[in-house]
Amino acid sequence: MAIDQDTVRKIASLARIAISDAEAAAMEGELNGILGWVEQLAEVDVTGVEPMTAVIPNKLRLRDDVVDADPLTGGNRRDDILANAPAPQHGFFGVPKVIE
Amino acid sequence: MSDLTNLTVAQIRDGHRAGDFSAVEVAEAFNANVAGAKVLNAFIVETPDHAIAAAKQADADRAAGTLKPLSGVPIGMKDLFATHGVQTTAASHMLEGFVPRYESTVSQKLWDAGCGMLGKLNLDQFAMGSSNETSYFGNVISPWRRKDGGNAALAPGGSSGGSSAAIAARLCPAATGTDTGGSIRQPAAFTGISGIKPTYGRCSRWGIVAFASSLDQAGPMARDVRDCAILLETMAGFDPKDATSLDLPVPNWEAALSSDLKGKKVGIPKEYRLDGIDPDIDAMWDAGIAMLKDAGAEVVEISLPHTKYALPAYYIIAPAEASSNLARYDGVRYGLRDLPQGAGLQDMYAATRAEGFGPEVKRRIMIGTYVLSAGFYDAYYTQAQKVRTLIARDFNTAFESCDVILAPTAPSAAFGLGEKTADPLSMYLNDVFAVPASLAGLPAMSVPAALNREGLPLGLQIIGKAFDEQGVLNAGLAIEERAGFTARAEKWW
Amino acid sequence: MSEYRIKGETGEWEVVIGLEVHAQVTSNAKLFSGAATAFGAEPNTQVSLVDAAMPGMLPVPNRECIRQAVRTGMAIDAVINKWSRFDRKNYFYADLPQGYQISQLYHPLVGEGSLTIEADEKAGIPEAKRVGIERIHVEQDAGKLMHDQHPSMSYVDLNRSGVALMEIVSRPDMRSPAEAGAYVRKLRSILRYVGSCDGNMEEGSMRADVNVSVRRPGDEFGTRTETKNVNSVRFVMAVIESEAKRQIELIESGGTVVQETRLYDPDRNETRSMRSKEDAHDYRYFPDPDLLPLELDDAFLEECRASLPELPDAKRARYIAAGISAYNADVLTAEVEAARWFDALLEAGAKPVAAANWVTSELFGALNRLGKDISESPVSPVQAAELLGLVADGTISGTIAKQVFEKMLETGDGAAAIVEREGLKQTSDTGAIEAEIARVLAANADKVEQYKAGKEALFGFFVGQTMKAMQGKANPQVVNELLRKALGRA
Ligand SMILES: [Mg+2]
Ligand SMILES: [Zn+2]
Repeated sequence: MAIDQDTVRKIASLARIAISDAEAAAMEGELNGILGWVEQLAEVDVTGVEPMTAVIPNKLRLRDDVVDADPLTGGNRRDDILANAPAPQHGFFGVPKVIE
Repeated sequence: MSDLTNLTVAQIRDGHRAGDFSAVEVAEAFNANVAGAKVLNAFIVETPDHAIAAAKQADADRAAGTLKPLSGVPIGMKDLFATHGVQTTAASHMLEGFVPRYESTVSQKLWDAGCGMLGKLNLDQFAMGSSNETSYFGNVISPWRRKDGGNAALAPGGSSGGSSAAIAARLCPAATGTDTGGSIRQPAAFTGISGIKPTYGRCSRWGIVAFASSLDQAGPMARDVRDCAILLETMAGFDPKDATSLDLPVPNWEAALSSDLKGKKVGIPKEYRLDGIDPDIDAMWDAGIAMLKDAGAEVVEISLPHTKYALPAYYIIAPAEASSNLARYDGVRYGLRDLPQGAGLQDMYAATRAEGFGPEVKRRIMIGTYVLSAGFYDAYYTQAQKVRTLIARDFNTAFESCDVILAPTAPSAAFGLGEKTADPLSMYLNDVFAVPASLAGLPAMSVPAALNREGLPLGLQIIGKAFDEQGVLNAGLAIEERAGFTARAEKWW
Repeated sequence: MSEYRIKGETGEWEVVIGLEVHAQVTSNAKLFSGAATAFGAEPNTQVSLVDAAMPGMLPVPNRECIRQAVRTGMAIDAVINKWSRFDRKNYFYADLPQGYQISQLYHPLVGEGSLTIEADEKAGIPEAKRVGIERIHVEQDAGKLMHDQHPSMSYVDLNRSGVALMEIVSRPDMRSPAEAGAYVRKLRSILRYVGSCDGNMEEGSMRADVNVSVRRPGDEFGTRTETKNVNSVRFVMAVIESEAKRQIELIESGGTVVQETRLYDPDRNETRSMRSKEDAHDYRYFPDPDLLPLELDDAFLEECRASLPELPDAKRARYIAAGISAYNADVLTAEVEAARWFDALLEAGAKPVAAANWVTSELFGALNRLGKDISESPVSPVQAAELLGLVADGTISGTIAKQVFEKMLETGDGAAAIVEREGLKQTSDTGAIEAEIARVLAANADKVEQYKAGKEALFGFFVGQTMKAMQGKANPQVVNELLRKALGRA
């Protein structure tokens, strides 16, 4: 399943990475090289094999429904949340205007 | 007093406890080495004050009789661990200037145990790479050089290349690493040090910048096996903030260290005997087998039939997870924002991510995006996860007839910077021996075992059963004692 | 059977409706973090490092959210999947900090179930109807964007980011706006009984994605559109009407319906395409590698089941079995607070039929007048039971009961005390009543004549006159008996 430059551009757009035509051209070769190589997986007989879900036998633990029990996973820390924001605005994150 | 920077973690800990030297003396000695080794580019941020503050506390604690397990030990912190108040970048432009208001669980455990921080260590960008050449802040240069008269700059391995180079160059006695597909073991092998990736879930991932969640594991890198055991005891442990964290007590690995392997079986995977492999690697492997026999172990041949498919499976699964994990770097809440004139939100995303991610990161995001996209998900991702099941099954079957597995860590010694950057695939292939254990979540370590004919270190890898870090450490210790690896990089920096 | 049909230029059309309802799970903390879920807080205060998707943050699921979704599934008789898992839905938007929503696509927590909407002749639902529910999955809510605070910027508030939602996906079983409206009301009622969602549509606790298609009766399904985030029952019904009409006009004029996402504009009562803002979505779902499969054990499921209250259908059946009319049973069970109030009234000893009549007319009327919810009723179930008891044992008449109730509402005093104080006890003193009857008959001799001539309807008139003369305090049964005797004699 070789991919062409249009596909490269489509993937880049899905991934939200701006690419130039030159980059798309370069990536076409690289990605085809890698994808061509990983496609050898298709030759493995996986009949009756379940995809891996948990690499080490372990069950999903559930948390108690308690607010702010641990400050590291609780709220009420707006300053910390906004500390690294590129455009903090009155307690909000500012982004270029979105027209809905 | 002999050079404090030649001491191991155990020696620093015990010497400080005994009053042979002060923690401040230790911290100052390492700070001086760090300051004098800028050319290696091992650190992105140096934090001498942090190391001194912890050392002063350690000295006070000794006076007060309230020593902690690692009081007086300064370490390096891979810049993938969020550190409160200290820039955390994952070696990316995207996070340049990002100063977390939180501390990763693993680094917090180390500080709580009395460690000080010498600085944030360089790495491959977002831990994607095997040579440290993808860092936005420049590649790390290995302190090692070939004995061929040339002065080619060598790769310290990756992604934990800052960690490996810094330890090998005595800039810190130990450091944290993370291993997604060999990122602790391969750089350890390249630089003549030890490093262990524990069982998936032993160390909390909370606060570590994610690369591939189902594979990422933190672990220590240090000069010897004992130091790895000591540090791992501190770093490991259940964390309710990580849903994949193992709710198990942390064993006393250091106390139970034993190089007596009587009654143990060591498996030698026949599929790891690759055609055309470097004869020095093969010779080292054979020597390792002899060492383990000498330690009392029985050696058996085992088969891991799906070995060949581990790397291709890894290069689907890891990029797929990464493409999603790295979606949060969008210029909205932290990190880089590139807002071209008149750009809307979606344009801002595309510009920011084009600017903030390096070529290898983009490549993997693109691969991951593609393999998850509509119509390809089953052929790539589901198939890879099924193959992963088979790889894990291979190990389970093999462990019915052995206790640990011995193999080379990497198929080559350190290569030169720039030698493999043109062809991503050739770089990926360097992790061929490291990736299978990652896919299976198994504990695995690298210990230095020999020098090749160019005078560069080579590492042997020990892979253990899930939860059996002790078995891995013990086999590692048996090799360490017999290999007598004392070589170190000659100081040229 | 009156089926809902839309007349087009070229003939009749049938509308096919499926609903995806997003219901906010009632919990203190968010689905994957410890931040609070309360409505209306200052922006970005109820946001954890996890919700803001800081580097290295990880999700850990909240047991209560899982429990509430399981209980909801049990309430619609659904299959509960003991093995489920969370997937990531990947897309970029400013209200989605992680760049993905943690949801469940491949293995939802709750599988196939259903609910029943009751017959409602007036609304065009001739008989009760079962509506299939395909699944309920648990997922994260997104944050909020504000657009009118700054000339060139939108503002992002992540307070809602990570709040637990249940997405309840119906089968395309509904065939009219009325059925869809009844479905949403019934679903809301069940959620509120279970306590898994407060059902507050104004605050966004419940909102529906409305899938609409049209077809010739009996044909295959047509192409559907999905109108997102409709936040009231009225709007759900309006969307269906306008969207069905739009589709029919489109097809009849030679066009084809495209499968797309639309937005409802209540001001213009029309839907419009959202295609302009979304590029071809490819969500790249895959299992969230930060989370292991969710495995539920029997003890957990048993606790969920044991904690379920009596649900509206069971309650309704019980009321009807007690003799309450189907209509009153519907009214009493629609809202959980009313049903609980009514149950407390029965508990306090009130007789079901009289109690149902009294609650649906007197109590609801009074609350309506006072603008109060039943939870704020000035008269408690125990006090109401006392009042109804006085009517049942003949102490007061229904008419007097109304007066007493008014006094209860005004003063908060008990019914018996008011009756005592105001001397409202009805009399069964036959002598006094006979005396009044004699006076009434004497004063209306002409009517007595007509009655005797066969105009029996006049009996009610004599009862009324006698009761009036007794100031409403006569026992109506006694009045009846004595009047019959008197008229027979006269
Ligand atoms: Mg929907
Ligand atoms: Zn949804």
